[in-house]
Amino acid sequence: MALESRIPSGPIEKQWDAHRFNLKLVNPANKRKYHVIVVGTGLAGASAAASLADLGYHVTAFSYHESPRRAHSIAAQGGINAPKNYSNDGDSAWRLFYDTVKGGDYRAREANVYRLAQVSGNIIDQCVAQGVPFAREYGGLLDNRSFGGAQVSRTFYARGQTGQQLLLGAYSQLSRHIGAGTVKFHDRREMVELVLVSGRARGIVVRNLVTGALEKYSANAVILATGGYGNAFYLSTMAKASNATAIWRAHKKGAYFANACYTQIHPTCIPVSGDYQSKLTLMSESLRNDGRIWIPKKKDDSRSPEDIPEEERDYYLERLYPSFGNLVPRDVASRRAKEMCDKGLGVGPTKTAVYLDFKDAIDRNGKGWIEEKYGNLFDMYHEITGEDPYSTPMRIYPAVHYTMGGLWVDYNLMSTIPGMFVLGEANFSDHGANRLGASALMQGLADGYFIIPYTIGDYLATTTFDPVDESHVEFAGALEAAQGLTERLLAIQGSRTVDDFHRALGKTMWENVGMGRNKEGLKSAIDSIRKLRDEFWQDVRVVGSVNGLHNEVERAGRVVDFLELGEFMARDALHREESCGGHFREEHQTADGEALRNDKDFSYVAAWEFGGDGREPKLHKEPLTFEYVKPAQRSYK
Amino acid sequence: MTNFTQFFRSTIGRKLLMGFTGLFLCSFLVVHFAGNLLLFRSDNGVAFNQYAEFMASNPAIRTMEIGLFLGLMVHIALGIRLWLANRRVRPEQYKVNAGSDTSSLASRVSFLSGSILFIFLVIHLRTFFVPSRFSSSEVSMYHLVQDAFASPLYSLFYLVALALLGYHLRHGFQSAFQTFGLRGKRYLPLIEMVGFIFWFLIPLGFAAMPLFFYFGLS
Amino acid sequence: MNLTLEVWRQENSTTPGGFVTYTVRDISPDASFLEMLDVLNDDLVRKGEEPVAFDHDCREGICGSCGIMIDGRAHGPQKGVATCELRMRCFNDGDRIVVEPFRAKPFPVIRDLIVDRTSFDRIIQSGGFVSVKTGGAPDANAIPIAKNAVDEAFDAATCIGCGACVAACKNGSASLFVAAKVSHLALLPQGQAERDTRVVSMVAKMDLEGFGSCSNTYACEAECPKEISVSNIARMNREYLRFNLITQK
Repeated sequence: MALESRIPSGPIEKQWDAHRFNLKLVNPANKRKYHVIVVGTGLAGASAAASLADLGYHVTAFSYHESPRRAHSIAAQGGINAPKNYSNDGDSAWRLFYDTVKGGDYRAREANVYRLAQVSGNIIDQCVAQGVPFAREYGGLLDNRSFGGAQVSRTFYARGQTGQQLLLGAYSQLSRHIGAGTVKFHDRREMVELVLVSGRARGIVVRNLVTGALEKYSANAVILATGGYGNAFYLSTMAKASNATAIWRAHKKGAYFANACYTQIHPTCIPVSGDYQSKLTLMSESLRNDGRIWIPKKKDDSRSPEDIPEEERDYYLERLYPSFGNLVPRDVASRRAKEMCDKGLGVGPTKTAVYLDFKDAIDRNGKGWIEEKYGNLFDMYHEITGEDPYSTPMRIYPAVHYTMGGLWVDYNLMSTIPGMFVLGEANFSDHGANRLGASALMQGLADGYFIIPYTIGDYLATTTFDPVDESHVEFAGALEAAQGLTERLLAIQGSRTVDDFHRALGKTMWENVGMGRNKEGLKSAIDSIRKLRDEFWQDVRVVGSVNGLHNEVERAGRVVDFLELGEFMARDALHREESCGGHFREEHQTADGEALRNDKDFSYVAAWEFGGDGREPKLHKEPLTFEYVKPAQRSYK
Repeated sequence: MTNFTQFFRSTIGRKLLMGFTGLFLCSFLVVHFAGNLLLFRSDNGVAFNQYAEFMASNPAIRTMEIGLFLGLMVHIALGIRLWLANRRVRPEQYKVNAGSDTSSLASRVSFLSGSILFIFLVIHLRTFFVPSRFSSSEVSMYHLVQDAFASPLYSLFYLVALALLGYHLRHGFQSAFQTFGLRGKRYLPLIEMVGFIFWFLIPLGFAAMPLFFYFGLS
Repeated sequence: MNLTLEVWRQENSTTPGGFVTYTVRDISPDASFLEMLDVLNDDLVRKGEEPVAFDHDCREGICGSCGIMIDGRAHGPQKGVATCELRMRCFNDGDRIVVEPFRAKPFPVIRDLIVDRTSFDRIIQSGGFVSVKTGGAPDANAIPIAKNAVDEAFDAATCIGCGACVAACKNGSASLFVAAKVSHLALLPQGQAERDTRVVSMVAKMDLEGFGSCSNTYACEAECPKEISVSNIARMNREYLRFNLITQK
């Protein structure tokens, strides 16, 4: 199947308006006859479900959480971008568009990014109307800050809990509909199968996580807003339950998966302290504004940091990047930290950390100043590590944070399966090879509030639907497949736990498909993941049963998918013979060790078609053309 | 009117009534205490007896007495109701309870302190109120007081009850203002100050009375 | 460190539960309480036993999924943290720790330490929102809001809906949860249009769900991982009384 991106023609600033006009409308009286399923109720899903219900569609939403308010969108700290130009510093949709395309290392679709920049202002308006308490100045107007190295102040924030406030806003609107009966919400349900009838997405099968029962739901269209797949690395800043099951199983049913190798690794996380560790905690990258990153010059220096004299410290970012110093982009800072630790220069008990030192800032501005600026982050660090960062440097290490890749979607956010739309982090769309700070919240809400409500109507209005309900044979088949998978897992009765396999997968992914990748490593990763997968199907022990609430059964199902997705990510990384954004191939770097893109051969979206179990996927290329932002080599020297 | 019924059926509406009757009873304490100060006059009870006579015969006071009694009944009924309802909210109790790590003992035992106060009240009324109001013969209230507090046990009982009253009010007084929505930053110092008068000074003053008579200072 | 745990085990909402004693060994003081339970569960799974079920997700104190009664304390002995943020260094080697679910009739146990808190969602559904459809919102700066008002609203809005307030309250009252939302929206101009109906419906729903009545012990504030102030309860009461006694037609 050829990839039809449906990017409208014409000048970029008019494309979305023209496209909206050309989209077919559903008669208001007919809207309630169309049934839309929304899977996942984080920022993208909740905003979509509420907005579609506002229009009058018949919406059913699902979450594996007990409540939409628990989605991991809630953990986003920094903020949300919008080019309102409230700061009068020359911001515009054009500039946000430009920054995002450049930040994504020229691997995003220009048309999508421009649209994102265009609608982002409306998001702020909408959220304020919902009662989101964004930070304000004394005069009562909204405050903006500059974030993630942007040269303008366009980030709206609510202390360090912007994601929480935005999610609670979307949740409140979804709740309004649930209360009014205009959205049906099913909690603690995990989507396990997508149901296709005559090639169109017509429903899903979910597992009721409390009873274990499989349930069938039919609809005219299915929206997946199920987030990213960073937990393929086991340790990440994602929530424990974040998983790829919905998108991966949809992929296996025919949805192309794009750019799987683009993974964002965030530089300022609290390092791993032991084998028991279950997840990594991110600290806002604003810390790098005042902290200085260093390591001892000597290997295996066991002195405590205070005892290491100035001349025996290596402030490597300041040394390598004199003009940007500690403020280089996320991918650069992360990669350099790993490189130093790989050389044996790391610090802390596990030797996988670098120092982030605030002594100079404290000497310069006083402890009170630091406390006011970063107090909550310092407290959090203290709580987790038991060390006081006011008196001893923090130890930080990079961690997997966001996945830019995802299911391929066209300009209407529809996947290659007609009737299945993908929103938010689950799709591949707007960030290219690297996401800028404060852009994830923006994209999730743009998709949900301001794009899907228009584009889904076109699909519904232009499609003739056969009457299909849950009694259709395809539903029975999907349910049987899901049932079979669980039974198969329970029957293995091997000797290793689900977690063992997940950790082993994570280790391979981190070592070989993490920050620095090379051909050998990727090939060995593919081999070892295949081997691990075979072992899993021979030797896993899943405790529980088909009925009832069993955490191990839930996890096992998710790990099955991660074991396939991990290999797939390695394949995508192996095929992309260039370095760009969150994908760094060691073979492709400049003399200074920076990412070296290959625009001639790789300026495309790699959309993969599932090739069948155990078989290689088939590559489809969507060429990327840059008419407005001309590709250039990023430089932070 | 239906809205009002709904209001008083709601948890907040009932709480309001609880706080309102509580403060109403507090206001009575002030009057009672002020009048009883006459006990300390060394006139062999003349003034006090006159005051007692006035209280027993004045129609306005008699009317207020009915209000007071109703207020008390409402306060008690709501207390019992609240206690019963709140017990039902947690059918399976915790094995370990936080105790005073998270809340003051006074706030947790107000039903218990209130219940004991009720027993005290019955005995108190039996000793003083019933003879003054329902006795056919002329009674000197002053002598009644003198006789009652000659007993060490009876005096001790009073002291314990007054300590409990203080404890009950320590939570109850400020709690009423929280219920009215007035316990904000602005009024909190004032509430705490007046609260101190109610939970400490007034019970202390009342406690001086049995001690005064027991130690024969009259 | 080595610890003895008394953990509430209950297969489902209809089967009666009970305490089971476990020991866990070699726990790092840097581990979180949930990671300590992970170690216990890993042991159980290796033995082929059903692991202890508990709700958790973000493990950084913001999603509100986790919530365990630890030695009678909601989210454990440390102030201002959720269970996932509680570190084992708060305990001593050899301690015996009682681990129970949050208990209240409107929070029925689903399994072991997992309780159903959807009653909170139903309260929000009854009015914890500003009714604005997508589209048509005025410019975000059209209505200035005083900084202190928005800061106060934010403080209330940081509620993570974990249910510790209910669990800690001897009356099982949800007042702090409801008050946090009522306050958040009552303090903002955007919340004014539905100010009266919101508090009335939310309080009615709270009562209907079977939560207890507040008796101002303030245990909720002491146990709230976000340290939300009981002054919000005072505000909710005020809002409720204002409507019922003054503004209601």
